[in-house]
Amino acid sequence: MSRSLARRLSRPDGGRWSHAAFVVPFLAAYLLLLVLPLMRGLWISLHEIDMLSESSEFVGLKNYTELWADDVFRGAVRNTFAFVLMSTPVFVVLGLALALALNRPGRLGAALRAVFFGSSVLSVTIVTLVWRLVLMPDRGLLSNAMVSLGLSPIAPLTSESLALPAVAVVTVWWIIGLPMMLFLAALQQIPQDIYEAAALDSASRWRTFTRITLPSIRRTVVLVAVIEAILQFQLFGQVQLMTLGGPNNSTRPIVMFIYESGFQAWALGYAAAASQVLFGFMLLAVTVQVWLARRKDEA
Amino acid sequence: MTGGRLGDRLVLAAVVALAVVWLAPLAWVFALSFKPNEVLQVRTDVMLSPPFTLKNYTDILANSQVFQWIVNSLVVALGQTFLVLVLSSLAGYGFARTRFPGQRWLYVFVLAGLAVPEQAIVIPLHRMFAEHELHNTYAALILPRLAAPFGVYLMTQYFKAIPADIEEAALLDNASRFRIFWRIVLPLSLPAQATLGIFTFLTAWNDYLWPLVSASKPEMYTLTVGLASTQTNFAQSGGLGFLMAQAVFAGLPIFIVYLFFQKYIVSAVAGTTVR
Repeated sequence: MSRSLARRLSRPDGGRWSHAAFVVPFLAAYLLLLVLPLMRGLWISLHEIDMLSESSEFVGLKNYTELWADDVFRGAVRNTFAFVLMSTPVFVVLGLALALALNRPGRLGAALRAVFFGSSVLSVTIVTLVWRLVLMPDRGLLSNAMVSLGLSPIAPLTSESLALPAVAVVTVWWIIGLPMMLFLAALQQIPQDIYEAAALDSASRWRTFTRITLPSIRRTVVLVAVIEAILQFQLFGQVQLMTLGGPNNSTRPIVMFIYESGFQAWALGYAAAASQVLFGFMLLAVTVQVWLARRKDEA
Repeated sequence: MTGGRLGDRLVLAAVVALAVVWLAPLAWVFALSFKPNEVLQVRTDVMLSPPFTLKNYTDILANSQVFQWIVNSLVVALGQTFLVLVLSSLAGYGFARTRFPGQRWLYVFVLAGLAVPEQAIVIPLHRMFAEHELHNTYAALILPRLAAPFGVYLMTQYFKAIPADIEEAALLDNASRFRIFWRIVLPLSLPAQATLGIFTFLTAWNDYLWPLVSASKPEMYTLTVGLASTQTNFAQSGGLGFLMAQAVFAGLPIFIVYLFFQKYIVSAVAGTTVR
């Protein structure tokens, strides 16, 4: 390729204004439907808006201080963090375990991968419908199974201590496929000759795993942990359709709080402030995880 | 090595057992969806013995709104997929293969949007669409997701990986950049288009929060929101079979799509994020 041509294809500086036309359509959508709402959300969160009289009053940080004092919101924050903390490690550990077990050629491996990934394509409505039926107190599949094992049946969704873990189990069942596939892709990128060398040294399975496999996929472990934390902070549909935040507010997450205060009580400023708090928590969680991973890197 | 083999088999047996547990809820719901409601009212531990019935399914078909919801979901998911592919391909090409002032800064600005969750903007977005009286239209259901930068990121990465000499000959002919994009580069990107297309379609089909707050009229519900609206009378357990048939009816089409496109879906999930 001639020099001038190479420069024409990828000029490091400048270039042609007309080329920007390629990005203009997306950029218009991005500015109008993401950047503008983000700014406006911040602005709304500083106001008290009355939907009936269509009036809006600037109140500064009042919505935020009220949130801080709101027991329901504090409960929602607690529930959300509890949910993220109980589900993310399961996604990482179970996802990796499944990937290790199913990283094999042949039909059985493919079929099993399809089983664990398949439920991810179902919508939250179907998943919760199926699981509400399974967890029905008297005639659900779980009750049937427990009775046939000679145990007394339980109804997790109506128990204050078991409802949130039950939602976590349903969520893991629903989307364990994503971390499993990410780990599978990472495992397949590890060069085989490293393992052959380990086999010559007759290293044990556990040693091979901790000394070779785990260090090779460290970046994917961090990636999965970050992705799952982000996803699980956004918990909403499962709870809204299975428990409505109950029993006794024990499962209400932040997004449900936003939904209820914004679209049922129409307290827009208050809901927008809660959105900003959620956004802040998510950024903080990701930063901490990435920071921890970096620090381990250096150690 | 025999010890290793035995260990292998034990692991496989454990995973197969887990897979059975994993499938049990779906199998149970599927089997019971063919049972009469009156039987299910008394007991649900009789999966494979008669009587069987198709009444639960004919009941769904009699509820004419389900078809409207399916049409809505199809319009929204296909429309969104088409528009996301167009916008992302154009922008991806622009960022990967052309140069214009401020480009790098702009790309970083767009990627920063990956960090913004839907929930952070749902309130102002709802207000904007209300001000323009767009709620309960297809436009309102389709437009918000077009701003998601994921597709742009994916297409940019893909276009960057296409060797530059392919465009060389065309540039010598002084073809316009758009012509080169349309005739040469776009056809080469079909695998990435398939990946992004399936990903977008599935996300749109299963979307819950935005359609829930935007579509308030039942005739504008998507299938996901419509199904949720029929579950409110869950407590009256007379219709267990009906509910189960509903889960199967709504889940089966997307599951068949999944089995058909499995290869692309897997590469969509696995190939793009690990680089």
